[in-house]
Amino acid sequence: MTWWNYRPDDLLLFSPRVYARLFELHNQTLWPAPLLALAAGGVALLLLLRSTRQRTRLVIVLLAIAWVLVAWSFLWQRYAPIHWGIIYAIPLFGLQALLLLALGSLPSGLQLPQRWHPRRGLGVGLFAYSLALHPLTALMAGRSLWGAEIIGLAPDPLAIATLGVAAMAEPGRYAWLLLVIPALWCLQSTLTLLLLDQRGAWLPLLAVLIALAARLWPRRAPPR
Amino acid sequence: MAKLLVDLSRRRLLQSMFSAAAMTALPAGALARASKPLTRALPGTDVALPRVGLGSWITFNVGDDPVLLEQCTAVIAAFFAAGGRLIDSSPMYGSSQATIGHALAQLDAVDRVYAADKVWTSTPTEGPAQIEASRQAWGVPRFDLLQVHNLLGWEGHIETLAAMRADGEVRQLGITTSHGRRHDAVERIMQRVSLDSVQLTYNIVDREAEQRLLPLAQERGIAVIANRPFQRKRLIRRLADKPLPPWAAEIDATTWAQFILKFIISHPAVTCAIPATTQVRHVRENLDAAREPLPDDAMRRRMADYVQGL
Repeated sequence: MTWWNYRPDDLLLFSPRVYARLFELHNQTLWPAPLLALAAGGVALLLLLRSTRQRTRLVIVLLAIAWVLVAWSFLWQRYAPIHWGIIYAIPLFGLQALLLLALGSLPSGLQLPQRWHPRRGLGVGLFAYSLALHPLTALMAGRSLWGAEIIGLAPDPLAIATLGVAAMAEPGRYAWLLLVIPALWCLQSTLTLLLLDQRGAWLPLLAVLIALAARLWPRRAPPR
Repeated sequence: MAKLLVDLSRRRLLQSMFSAAAMTALPAGALARASKPLTRALPGTDVALPRVGLGSWITFNVGDDPVLLEQCTAVIAAFFAAGGRLIDSSPMYGSSQATIGHALAQLDAVDRVYAADKVWTSTPTEGPAQIEASRQAWGVPRFDLLQVHNLLGWEGHIETLAAMRADGEVRQLGITTSHGRRHDAVERIMQRVSLDSVQLTYNIVDREAEQRLLPLAQERGIAVIANRPFQRKRLIRRLADKPLPPWAAEIDATTWAQFILKFIISHPAVTCAIPATTQVRHVRENLDAAREPLPDDAMRRRMADYVQGL
């Protein structure tokens, strides 16, 4: 018997109830951190809307910290005990944090567009969704708001927010690098939610597609 | 010392609560019957196991959630109260082993369980350490049955398990498969190796094992544990809106779960079935299926035909 003999539903180890309780317990244990995380996310959104080089760096640092925190407090302490496969995701979260810090601190590092462009609209839209709307998917899944997935504390909204930044960042070669791990996470999340028969299972995948669309959107033609 | 006394008092209180929970909601008749599920002797031993055990796939993987841990403890308390013994788990099942260990400690029930676990690693040299970690999670002095999970690295693990059996570190050894996979390989191993037990998927719609594996188990004196009796709820859901046939009363099957379980455990080669559940009432319902009358061959054919025709 080898790994490829297992089907996706063989690897689903827990019930929807247990999955929902992950977020409820996480928010209750860390309270009032969910409020602080939402506030920090709100500040980051404002910085994105009026981005300068310094503000961009600050958003990047906030995201890097969040990737480390989520890896430690959620993946390692809560998710891995019920899903042995999560152990393999934790180093990737650390790598994403390092990538953010490295690419954000280079002299010719990440920059965010300051003028309106569809790519920027999609990127900011993804970030805003992860901050304000994604937590409400708990209600759609039949959970209370205690089970909300909060940016900076839960992996899905963090991955979607990072996709938003990667969708609009320049230069493109760096942005593509930042997109890989959040996209992989969102794909596995959609698969997990589908196997759990959860409403809204397609949302993480939709976020990946939107980020890809934004990245592939034609650049504005230079003025003649 | 004071802490020890507090712990003991707390444990007694919890045991009383779980016992009371297990007893309540049982009608008097059911209470009287609850202590005596049908058993079947494990081939070559003097151990007789109740014909319905308890699986732990998904249902007991609850992490350290205190609310869900207590729910699982109540299920295991009800299982023992109804006369159950064999609980099956695996290191593949997330925190299920620790949940069982939590319940056994809370209920002071280590000596009541027939502990069946698995070794699940493709690297045989990692087997002993994994088995020891599993044993510590359960909190048992030794496992009664250790099985090679889904044949993963089976050749190396069988050597380890055979040595453990010879040294008295485990009573029995076996192999497992599920979903009807790799029956050819299972058959070859059953013929070549001195196995005590084989675990495979068998239920009223998944009957491939009847062709070769179940007769071979009978011939070679190998116990059979039937997993996925309800196809992980799918079968129960499929049948939920269909009527039980009126003649189900002839075998005292009052629900689809009992109808299916009675079909499985009435096969002469099957030692027990291991349904998993998160609900106390379901564990009682399942154990109630391990009682007379069980279907004879004619009734079994009728049952299978009926379900196939739905």
